[in-house]
Amino acid sequence: MSYPLLKKQSFKKLLCGLTAALGMSAALSASAQEPLKIGFVYLGPVGDHGWTYQHEQGRQELVEHFGDKVKTTYVENVDEGASAERVIRNLATSGNQLIFTTSFGYMNPTIKVAQQFPKVTFEHATGYKQAKNVGTYLARTYEGRYVGGYLAAKMTKSHKIGYIASFPIPEVIRDINAIQLALNKYDPQAELKVMWVNSWFDPGKEADAANALIDQGVDVLFQHTDSPAPIQTAERRGVYSIGYASDMCHFGPNSCLMSIVNDWGPFYIRTAQQVMDGTWKPEDFWGGLHDDMLKLPISDVVPADVKQGAEKIIASIRSGEFHPFTGPIKDQSGTERLKAGETITNQQLASMDWCVEGLKADMPK
Amino acid sequence: MLLSLEPRGQQSRAMLLLSPLLAGALTLISGALLFAALGNPPLETLYTLLIMPISDMYGVTELAIKALPILLCALGLALAFRARIWNIGAEGQLLVGALAGSAVAIQLIDVESRWALVLVFAAGVAAGTAWAGLAAWLRTRFNANEILTTIMLNYIALNLLQYFIYGPLKDPAGYGFPQSAMFGDASRLPILFEGTRLHVGVFFALLALVAIWVLVQRSFFGFQVKVLGLDRRAARFVGFREKRLVWLALMVSGALAGLAGVCEVSGPIGQLIPQVSPGYGYAAITVAFLGRLNPVGILFASLLMALLYLGGEMAQMTLNLPLALTGLFQGMLLFFLLACDVLILYRLRVKLPWQRQFVATPVAKGA
Repeated sequence: MSYPLLKKQSFKKLLCGLTAALGMSAALSASAQEPLKIGFVYLGPVGDHGWTYQHEQGRQELVEHFGDKVKTTYVENVDEGASAERVIRNLATSGNQLIFTTSFGYMNPTIKVAQQFPKVTFEHATGYKQAKNVGTYLARTYEGRYVGGYLAAKMTKSHKIGYIASFPIPEVIRDINAIQLALNKYDPQAELKVMWVNSWFDPGKEADAANALIDQGVDVLFQHTDSPAPIQTAERRGVYSIGYASDMCHFGPNSCLMSIVNDWGPFYIRTAQQVMDGTWKPEDFWGGLHDDMLKLPISDVVPADVKQGAEKIIASIRSGEFHPFTGPIKDQSGTERLKAGETITNQQLASMDWCVEGLKADMPK
Repeated sequence: MLLSLEPRGQQSRAMLLLSPLLAGALTLISGALLFAALGNPPLETLYTLLIMPISDMYGVTELAIKALPILLCALGLALAFRARIWNIGAEGQLLVGALAGSAVAIQLIDVESRWALVLVFAAGVAAGTAWAGLAAWLRTRFNANEILTTIMLNYIALNLLQYFIYGPLKDPAGYGFPQSAMFGDASRLPILFEGTRLHVGVFFALLALVAIWVLVQRSFFGFQVKVLGLDRRAARFVGFREKRLVWLALMVSGALAGLAGVCEVSGPIGQLIPQVSPGYGYAAITVAFLGRLNPVGILFASLLMALLYLGGEMAQMTLNLPLALTGLFQGMLLFFLLACDVLILYRLRVKLPWQRQFVATPVAKGA
């Protein structure tokens, strides 16, 4: 029995050399059509909803699209500490030519391994470091938050909106700001209350935060965490909710208004195609509604006229006609951040550490 | 047919050595059956789980890197556990060690002298020691149960770590993400072999291994710890100072956990991040008991634990085996290892129905 050795690439070269020497050109052309090997590094278990699940869905879309032309592998539950580098490196040594690392904490390990494997292509989700063979990708979830903010403004009776936040990183601050911008426009008297749970996934804490917010009069609940606990709590207590990462609305059939869904499939398919064609170039890719990286399924809980309004906003964001972060925008201290008519840059979005005017909550320092 | 366990009256030396082998064999057999039942080639799967991760130099060095923090924590815990001081706080002690070491390293990014590393390590070890010292103080001053205090200190340590990563230690050029700046080269542990991540931290671990072995097996301090663990009253009668022993045992285990933490940040990671430890401090509790609180046993137990982690990754990569399945295999191995240890103090007796009347009671009494 022969077992795959880790130094497979050099083995392959040897084999290719031998077959060529023997004049077996057929074998060579077969090896040219070998499937593209693609590796995925996942933060959590695959599960049945949430961040990692969406990446796994994307991988499956990729496999469905290419069939035998790709061979994918994933490693789940990879901690963002010392293990990440080993897993990424082992994926590279075992012949994967394209590797997706799907969480922020894999950034420095990805860059380090990429230097050792210049011929392998790497794509790192949510990071900010690129290299010759490393690109980054990110979903414009704030577009979904803005639409959510519109729905909240239309549906709330108490004019109090709740947000269960994970960590004060730019992505979360961006999303909170987007909701506040929608509220400023559609329901200026509404107040956005933010509660930090300091975790991406903690059903107990998320439920506690949901209850605490509802006790304070909140009647529309957003979450920037991965468990269905906030939606279930909202359902039980009879207030509205908006899901995140996956379509979570089946956890709250009578109360969930919409889910902000990450769809990585189209991006994975396009990237794999580029690598096959040899046209891939490193870039900092921000995908939103326009790129189908974001989907916003609105549930039947939302009345038809409100739904129509939301669809209109979605269409205008998708066409590029409207950007949620368009000036004039002032921050909490009243300083003007964007001039009238000015649209925010990706750079400004990536490093956002300020809150828009109207938001009463403070960021934890 | 009846199976019964009979006390041996004393430890069986043969079983002390045989039990791990028996457990290994049982795991391999039931693992093979499990994989076969699920449609995976059993031999290839076992090979992937247990041998492939260490089939080349890089794999062996990665095994050492993975085992290192677990080994350091478990060695310290073993000392405390022998004295029946239940330090559950290695995780927290590791985290504060990493935090303090990083706090120093970040001040010294531009320093090129090797003294930077010495300072970083001094800070990390001191912080781990102090964190365990808190529990020792609560125990000796207020008689507070160290199981509870050390667990609670773990949460405080984690929150402290998060506070600093989101606050004062955050990389100003890091777009607000929770991570420190990368350390300067002088604060990084030197790499032993080019192309791997193996660092001089392994020498610290070997040193700690020898030191703990001497301390436990050959020193008066170790003897006192043992007596304290076996019979607290006896220890008091002969005049051993219990409070001092509690302090020392906890501080030594805190120092080693702190060392583990600072090794992680200045070794393979190179910066302070929120996920410094995927639960090494807790894994170390299992490893300490798996190694029967014996330093050499703990060395093997930590290597085994690390191998199971690496094997799980390898099985996902090469066989597309779900992590849950390898988790099951790992659980099986741990179960058999602990279950077989029963045979050290007990012997298995098979009673056949027709023998019942012959099994005379005096035999049972004699045993």
